[in-house]
Amino acid sequence: MKLALGPHQYYWPRQAMLAFYASIADTPVDIVYLGESVCSRRHELRLDDWLDVAAMLTAAGKEVVLSSLVLIESESDLKTLRRLVGQAEFCVEANDMAAVSLLDAAGRDDWVAGPTLNIFNPQTLALMQSMGARRWVMPPEMSREAAVALRAGCATPPELEVTAYGRLPLAYSARCFTARHFNLQKDTCEFRCLGHTDGLRLRTREGNPFLTLNGIQTQSARIHNLLADLPSLQAADAQVLRLLPQGDDMIGIIDLFHQAVQGTLSGPTAFERSRALMTDEACNGFWHGRAGVEQYVRT
Amino acid sequence: MSSANVPELVCPAGSLPALKKAVDAGADCVYVGLRNATNARNFTGLNFSDAQLREGIAHAHRAGSKVLLALNTYPQTHNAAEWTAAVDAAAELGMDALILADPGLMQYARDTHPQLRLHLSVQGSATSYEAINFYHRHFGIQRAVLPRVLSLPQVEHVIAHTPVEIEVFGFGGLCVMVEGRCALSAYATGESPNCNGACSPGSHVRWEQTERGMETRLNGILIDRFGDDERAGYPTLCKGRFEVQDETYYAIEEPTSLNTLELLPTLAAAGVRAIKIEGRQRSPAYVEQVTRVWRAALDRLRTDPEHYAVQPGWMATLNKVSEGQSHTLGAYYRPWK
Repeated sequence: MKLALGPHQYYWPRQAMLAFYASIADTPVDIVYLGESVCSRRHELRLDDWLDVAAMLTAAGKEVVLSSLVLIESESDLKTLRRLVGQAEFCVEANDMAAVSLLDAAGRDDWVAGPTLNIFNPQTLALMQSMGARRWVMPPEMSREAAVALRAGCATPPELEVTAYGRLPLAYSARCFTARHFNLQKDTCEFRCLGHTDGLRLRTREGNPFLTLNGIQTQSARIHNLLADLPSLQAADAQVLRLLPQGDDMIGIIDLFHQAVQGTLSGPTAFERSRALMTDEACNGFWHGRAGVEQYVRT
Repeated sequence: MSSANVPELVCPAGSLPALKKAVDAGADCVYVGLRNATNARNFTGLNFSDAQLREGIAHAHRAGSKVLLALNTYPQTHNAAEWTAAVDAAAELGMDALILADPGLMQYARDTHPQLRLHLSVQGSATSYEAINFYHRHFGIQRAVLPRVLSLPQVEHVIAHTPVEIEVFGFGGLCVMVEGRCALSAYATGESPNCNGACSPGSHVRWEQTERGMETRLNGILIDRFGDDERAGYPTLCKGRFEVQDETYYAIEEPTSLNTLELLPTLAAAGVRAIKIEGRQRSPAYVEQVTRVWRAALDRLRTDPEHYAVQPGWMATLNKVSEGQSHTLGAYYRPWK
């Protein structure tokens, strides 16, 4: 079972981002997804910068994948996408059908079908495979049972990647909720996401953390954590575990996942230890076919 | 403006009475769903049986209107046969078009019933001409419904670069998230628009009068609390009031309706081929009132485009049926973003 660091969803200052990825070079993650997938206004790192980071991580022995933008709105978004698909050095995670279309047209056969493509059945997955997808990141809302059934329905199932750690990316909008919070318009947002390492927590009127505002993306407030579910991940034949970068102790989290996967620490023990590193409560409901917000322990 | 440039009016029908009202009030097309998870408005007491579909299609066709079947959720491995059966039934019933989101289902429809006209649902999340042309190239879709995320110039840009007819939302409840890319309901309740055809489902809703006011909850999560002088709204997850950095407000979107009557000439000039009215969960009376207003507006645009102006009577009628009695131009108007 490989460990992947998913695309960074927050907007961190350039130096903080570069330092973060420099620290990742020495971790046991096998795969690193790079690039801006949330907001086209985020430019602390441009594509050339990401390619530099990619070269550094490749030299450190990591497999690098470049993630495409989830929500494409303008011609300049498409231009960036064409550059992403046009480079031949790294494979691409397609997060929108425009990306699939360009990868298919370019004849590439090495891409990753991202979690926002809405692949929910073997027919659609087979189509994506016929267009060159070799790995599939299942949608966060999909259950273990549904993923197992889907792969069982495939003639030659692609690699399965499961989101195993991080605030869940739940929704995308034309509207920027961070700008809205500061009474700013999206076009003149003053890049307010920069000041919020882990997004802005949205609480109910009873003060319970519920969601996280991250620009045009809405995430869970709770941190999805499948460390305690490692046996069922293995049973489901998940070949890659996706850990989403956050401001908390990611290196410590990666280490716990590594130990659990290697068998030097039990899943439940690793989960208990991870709680000390997490800044929010845990949840795992989606994996068990329940509301995603739940932390479900099978009795 | 020639009649070729006036968009078709596509109206919602959650029931046979609503379909008849829409057709009789001048809808060019009516869109409907079956009584199961194959469509994104899977609510109790809503949608059509086969017999009702037959009657509805006959009624619409007699009046020269078309009927479109929405099969716009994503089939799962264990229940995909329900979706393919619905495609087969649509072909047999003589449905004028299918509104689909899932590529696997599109391929089935294309291979099995090549004569069927296919539309790409808003649930397909296609926001660029590259994405839309992908569905055109592979499945021959003839129309795409745009998610409510693009500004007017962006809509125009899409139209200029695709052979596919473009349909946009004109009026009704405003989904502030990109359709097909929202799992908020699944996160809170376990039921999602993508998989179950339900957002903030009624089975998880609770209303409770407390000392602090009327509280509305979704699966136990407090979505809003209303004072005595406020009208308590349905706990749609993204239209609740929440706290962000100690400030309590509608952090995602106010309860409001999309209303683009004033943009109609611009949308028509941009080449928009159809205007969609949201509201399959609304009453036949709602459907009739909204359809009448939009029919009048589109007819005015066709007969006297130079003098098109939103009539106060139109707005008065739409105001009465709008969420929170307020309107927005949504993403068409860039500062909304």
